Amino acid sequence: MSAPITDRSGARPVKKPRTSGVRWQTWLLGAALVALMLFTLFPFYWAIVASLTSDAALFRDPSLWPQHLIFDHYRALFTERDFITPIRNSLVVAGTTTIFCLIVGTLAAYALARIEFRGKAAIMGFILAVTMFPQISIVSPLYLLLRSLHLIDTYPGLIMPYMTFAMPLTVWVLTGSIRQIPKDLEEAAHVDGATRFQSFTKILLPLAVPSLATTGILTFIYCWNEFLFALSFTLGPERQTVPVAIALFRGQYQVPWGEILAAAVVATAPVAAMVLVFQRRIVQGLTAGAVKG
Amino acid sequence: MKKISRLGHQARLGWTLVAPALSVIALIAIFPLGWTFWESLHLHELRMPWLGKPFIGLANYIEIAKDPRFWAALGHTAFFTVVSISLELVIGLYLALVMNRVFRGRGFVRAAVLVPWAIPTVVAALLWRFIFESQGGIANALLVRAGILKEPMVWFIEASTAWVPVILSDVWKTTPFVALLLLAGLQNIDLSLYEAAAVDGANAWWQLRHITLPLLKPAILVTLIFRTLDGFRVFDLIYVLTGGGPGTSTEPVALYTFNALLQNLRFGYGSALSVVIFAITFGLAMFYVRGLGVKLGGEE
Repeated sequence: MSAPITDRSGARPVKKPRTSGVRWQTWLLGAALVALMLFTLFPFYWAIVASLTSDAALFRDPSLWPQHLIFDHYRALFTERDFITPIRNSLVVAGTTTIFCLIVGTLAAYALARIEFRGKAAIMGFILAVTMFPQISIVSPLYLLLRSLHLIDTYPGLIMPYMTFAMPLTVWVLTGSIRQIPKDLEEAAHVDGATRFQSFTKILLPLAVPSLATTGILTFIYCWNEFLFALSFTLGPERQTVPVAIALFRGQYQVPWGEILAAAVVATAPVAAMVLVFQRRIVQGLTAGAVKG
Repeated sequence: MKKISRLGHQARLGWTLVAPALSVIALIAIFPLGWTFWESLHLHELRMPWLGKPFIGLANYIEIAKDPRFWAALGHTAFFTVVSISLELVIGLYLALVMNRVFRGRGFVRAAVLVPWAIPTVVAALLWRFIFESQGGIANALLVRAGILKEPMVWFIEASTAWVPVILSDVWKTTPFVALLLLAGLQNIDLSLYEAAAVDGANAWWQLRHITLPLLKPAILVTLIFRTLDGFRVFDLIYVLTGGGPGTSTEPVALYTFNALLQNLRFGYGSALSVVIFAITFGLAMFYVRGLGVKLGGEE
């Protein structure tokens, strides 16, 4: 299939034969879509409602419409519980990992997208294979390694393991994305006597800024969401990331659902906002190179 | 002669640029993988340091073969993977077909389905656990009000019902990803095929079966491979939703391995379990690539 991936908004000739059978089908498809949207959005709605409801009222004949809204859970989250610390930990770990992967990954992606050399296909295959291997299979040596380096419960002790999935992901997505940038300008520069270094820094890099942003967002999201390594390689609340902190929330007598859901809302909001703003780019980044006709 | 040296220069430059990324991956992913294997050939109980770390050959693997909890966990993992992926493929295909059409609110639909994919799995699991938690929870309330349940039930007390929120939350979280991969495949299909079929009077169902599905096969297989491997390493979702319970009746292999390693500190045995998981996923990937002829992107 040679047809390039294009966005078809408005491009598709939609034929609407006016037969009752087709209209009935359209209604059915529409109803299914609405049901699917309700299924998708309901958990968010319900979490927000519950995070604004007192614990005593949570499981007593729940009503779909909020009754009295209270902000106690959010207040408790930042006063009694110090939810700032896990947020800071997550930002530091995910941010550092992303930046490091972008710097190293850009060099690799440039070579893989623009330079012809033997072994390239093997490298791509290797990188793809690494993105797929199960994290649990390297927990034990990483634990022993970090323990012997006294890096358990430290930032580097999380950033290093995070590279195992972030680096291949970054290189893979970035390579796919750079390949879609037309080569013409670089070739023209070459003809005019520009060195490879010049054509990389002066021409490709500026053009690749959107690709870098997309890849950075994806890598950051993967790091922000990571759970297994963060659970295995931290000991206490001081270095726990957001997912670990939320998963291990404990109350004195019962599960503090109100606070858990408030924390879930706080942890989700930035990611959700990023997705809504950058949805088109994220979709492109996710599918670039993943599907080949 | 000059050409060869130019090519040699290219190759040197290429490898030099790739080297940092490759060495990071080799150092922190591949080297530990070898270490896991080495560790798996030893008796290494961190709880009992006086035992030392004697070499015991394949004894850990023999123990695995006789370990009913491992086989049960493998069964749970396979069950979870097959059921959730089947649902995700069907719903994802539907969503992709819908998103490939032009309609008002398409952008909204695409954004809405992306959010569950982007949030932490831990959070997704907690949202669904809260929905099914306690007899006074919202799932019970809605099902009783709709007349589907006679009285509220305790979902997490039995394996058969505990799987419902587990699978539901996985479908909720990963169907968007499936839909997007399939959508990318759909957009590769030449539209003139449909036009020709429509001229010949073929209906939508015929077009789906004879044009869309055959041409979408590569995308479906790629999706299948990604999701199967994801399914086999499921951890976060079940850790938070059921903790593997009641008892160990929903425990997947990754959770069993985690418990062997970091709860019981049995590093030799846990490493052997890790190697087995790696071997299974590797085997599955090979089966897809060789057996089903999946072509993964990367070549121009």
